[in-house]
Amino acid sequence: MVGTETAQAVFHTRGLTRVFRMGEVEIHALRGVDMDLYPGEFVVLLGASGSGKSTLLNILGGLDAGTSGEVWYRGKDLSHASEKVLTDFRRYHVGFVFQFYNLIPSLTARENVAIVTDIARDPMTPEEALELVSLTERMDHFPAQMSGGEQQRVAIARAIAKKPEVLLCDEPTGALDSKTGIKVLEVLLDINRRLGTTTAVITHNAVISDIANRTIRLSDGRVSEVIDNPNPVTTDQLHW
Amino acid sequence: MRTLHIKLWRNLWTLKGQGGAIASVIAIGVAMFVMSFTSLDALRASQESVYQNQRFAHVFANLKRAPESLAERLREVPGVATLETRVQAPVNIQMEDFDQPITGLVLSIPDGQQPQLNRLFLRSGQLPDAHRTDQVLVSEAFAEAHELQPGDRLSVVINGRYQQLLVSGVALSPEFIYQIRPGDIMPDFSRYGILWMNRSAVEAAFNMDGAFNNLSLTLSPGYSAESVIAGLDNILAPWGGLGAYGRDDQLSHRYLEEELTQLETMALFLPLIFIGVAAFLLNVVAARLIRTQREQIAVLKAFGYNSFAIASHYSALVLVVVLIGSAIGVFLGVWIASGLAGIYQEFFRFPWLEFSVRPGVALAAIVIAGGATLVGTLSAVYRAFSLPPAEAMRPEPPANFRRTLVERMGITWLSQPSRIILRNLERQPVKAGMSILGIGLAVALVMLTGFMRGSVSYMLDVQFRLAQKQDITVTFNEPAAGRTIHELRALPGVRYAEGFRTAPAILRYGHREYRGAVQGYVPESQLFTVLDAELQPIEMPREGVLLTDHLARMLGIEPGDILQVSVQEGRRPELNIPVAGLVTEFIGVGAYMHRDTLTRLLREDDTISGAFLAIEPEHQSELNRRLENIPRIAGVNFRENVITAFNEAMDETVLMFTLFSMVMAGSIAFAVVYNNARIAFAERGRELASLRVLGFTRAEVSFILLGELLLLTFIAMPVGFALGIGLSWLLTWGMQTDLYRIPLVITPQTYATGALVVLTATFLSALIIGRSLAKLDMVSALKAAE
Ligand SMILES: Nc1ncnc2c1ncn2[C@@H]1O[C@H](COP(=O)(O)OP(=O)(O)O)[C@@H](O)[C@H]1O
Ligand SMILES: [Mg+2]
Repeated sequence: MVGTETAQAVFHTRGLTRVFRMGEVEIHALRGVDMDLYPGEFVVLLGASGSGKSTLLNILGGLDAGTSGEVWYRGKDLSHASEKVLTDFRRYHVGFVFQFYNLIPSLTARENVAIVTDIARDPMTPEEALELVSLTERMDHFPAQMSGGEQQRVAIARAIAKKPEVLLCDEPTGALDSKTGIKVLEVLLDINRRLGTTTAVITHNAVISDIANRTIRLSDGRVSEVIDNPNPVTTDQLHW
Repeated sequence: MRTLHIKLWRNLWTLKGQGGAIASVIAIGVAMFVMSFTSLDALRASQESVYQNQRFAHVFANLKRAPESLAERLREVPGVATLETRVQAPVNIQMEDFDQPITGLVLSIPDGQQPQLNRLFLRSGQLPDAHRTDQVLVSEAFAEAHELQPGDRLSVVINGRYQQLLVSGVALSPEFIYQIRPGDIMPDFSRYGILWMNRSAVEAAFNMDGAFNNLSLTLSPGYSAESVIAGLDNILAPWGGLGAYGRDDQLSHRYLEEELTQLETMALFLPLIFIGVAAFLLNVVAARLIRTQREQIAVLKAFGYNSFAIASHYSALVLVVVLIGSAIGVFLGVWIASGLAGIYQEFFRFPWLEFSVRPGVALAAIVIAGGATLVGTLSAVYRAFSLPPAEAMRPEPPANFRRTLVERMGITWLSQPSRIILRNLERQPVKAGMSILGIGLAVALVMLTGFMRGSVSYMLDVQFRLAQKQDITVTFNEPAAGRTIHELRALPGVRYAEGFRTAPAILRYGHREYRGAVQGYVPESQLFTVLDAELQPIEMPREGVLLTDHLARMLGIEPGDILQVSVQEGRRPELNIPVAGLVTEFIGVGAYMHRDTLTRLLREDDTISGAFLAIEPEHQSELNRRLENIPRIAGVNFRENVITAFNEAMDETVLMFTLFSMVMAGSIAFAVVYNNARIAFAERGRELASLRVLGFTRAEVSFILLGELLLLTFIAMPVGFALGIGLSWLLTWGMQTDLYRIPLVITPQTYATGALVVLTATFLSALIIGRSLAKLDMVSALKAAE
């Protein structure tokens, strides 16, 4: 999916660090990350637990800020952006999917999507979004009435309904069994293909990198390896 | 266990906001409780100690005149321990710089000595010199009102003769702890004073040589006042006896008792409500606080701590808060009580105050507050503990929700955030109900402590603008001929005058009696109106007597029944008069009749005991001077003075009390609302952070939390209003006395104050919570468990 002529990166980081201060201890979660994400690609961020994947994704998504270094989104400097700019960034440009779904339990599937489309610019309808994740039948169910996989698909529908430019997924399959997990990945790939949404998926499951265009490996807060995958496999060839 | 204790202190620190709110609710409940009981205890103990030490008499009697030799016969009446005779007389007092009439009562004391009974407490100066006739002791309240000190001079008109007296001292008497002029409803220290002079001086001034007209006595053990009174009355009847009476009818004692009873009602009622509300809140808040500790409890349990260890851990946590709150409450309560006692002393003239704190009172308060808190805590700990650890440690599964009633009824245009608010509330109706009840109680407390102002002014309005329209009430020494009214009408500044006849009497029905008077008015009266239950004027019936509704209740009598009236004046007839109807009155009680019918029953010609005057205000001072010089006039009462005195007295006692309560109610309101908000924030934090992640602004997220808070507050308003009305009704009902009955009038201001105080509390809470919302940690919300 990557055109070589696409010079302009969606995300572009240089020397990005993040230090957490816990009382007297300093934790260097990121120690200078240089990384680019290109339009329309499907990237897997791979790495051991504690290697800084979530920290990186949170900074890219405007939930957190680095301690030093640069973060650019389509030529806009995120590292010095105001609270308001970051809120708008999340609101209009980024879709998030998390390990624990983070749905609003008091809202139905449709309403959980609507809560985002209500505030977005030119979104799909909640029904269209749920159709994309094949949940039309379960639209009026509450989270408590759905399985984990279904809840995660609602979360994906919620993330893509605003037609974001990027989709950031932090261990979207982490809480799911392998069969359900594969189904969720299939949905993500499908959306990446259909809408051209730049997608970054965090996992510590190396098998998943087979479906990606590119795999970026993090270890100990640095990019240790970038692997291009010219021939991604389809999800039905995946298993773990 | 040591580690658990370290955790205890850390927990306390992280919960300091809520812990502080709980502690302040406890402090307020305990303080109200301690304050009320301690100040009431102080008044009761002082009363007892003063009565005992100053030898307050048990029985009193007034008569026209009897030779001193009669005293020996009186002392032989079985049951009399000590009997002392006196001479007493009304006086007019004149003060420079005070142009209104002052009346007073002169009482004799043995020349230069303390009386045996009703001993005087000298605040300053000394007893009159035994050999001087111009020295006088003045009552402290009067002395303070006119800044009199020993050595000052005083002009009085005794028995029509002008006399200059020298103040030898300032005194207090157990007979005049509540110093009030007979017939008044509120003390007026500047217009009424008590004077004590040597017996020989009073005898000389009143032509009472070798005679007495007043006596008091103490009872021997085992004798009742009733038995002695009968014996005295027999002996005194030929000497113009006016009926002996016990302490129950002694003016100061009776009024003091009524005031104390009223304070008791308030002292019992308000603190019980406060501590009840506090207990309720503590229960709820403690339970919720523990619920937020769910995972921690699971972890402890997984490590093998047993339920007892965990329960005692959390009990200890809560008890620390209870003890801090209680300690503050006890100190605050005692501190306010000592201040209050000082304020009461302005009103109740005790020579000294017995101020002590009963440990039992403090203990009871702490046990109530602490017990309620512990019950809430333990039940929540139990619930948390009964969960299997593995389940409790995982994030709570998404709770079951459904569409709310309003949505099911077809309202589908709600925004998603509004849906969140409504569904959250409807999913936990009990919890929402508790919050509403808590906030409602706060509204009710504010109303309860604030409605009195409006009620009192309504009471005064009805009494002095609707029922009694006279500017001045003049009372005569003795009943006078009806035509005397023309004399008064002719005075400068008098627009109109109306005579009335009032006869002191004992009113009886069955075995109940009331010492008062029957009052006769002209039926077409323009100045005095009796009102029915709807406050509409009632025409004075030709036959029968109209009774104040409260007096009828006291006597257990109803219209149509026959009231027995023992007149205590003139020919002292025993009358049987049917009750023709009831009248509504908020101040005082009375028995009202057609004047002609009353004089006929008294077997008199047209007589009046006094008159109501309507005047032209610009002539008031001249009129005062003229009235003062009419010998037959014993007393002059100005309506405006009565209203002022009443307002001042209310300010000093009841309203002081309610002011404290108001501050406390406001604090309770804040504690309730703030805790609600705090807990809602803890419970919704994760959800709100998730919304922030999705790109919601702070304001949009605040709407969900604060919208819920506001919605609860609004629903709580009518609930609070209803509770407020109920509690206020209970309070007025408990405070009824024959002196006055505060009507239940809840003005729009009262509602507004209740609403405003709670809305302010909501607003302040919102501000504080808003600050926490700004600091909401989005990233941590994405992790599994808090
Ligand atoms: N909010 C935080 N405070 C302190 N340390 C943190 C915080 N978030 C992450 N860390 C630490 O930073 C490092 C990287 O964490 P994270 O990015 O979550 O790793 P991964 O997602 O790859 O497992 C870890 O050592 C983690 O403990
Ligand atoms: Mg992670």
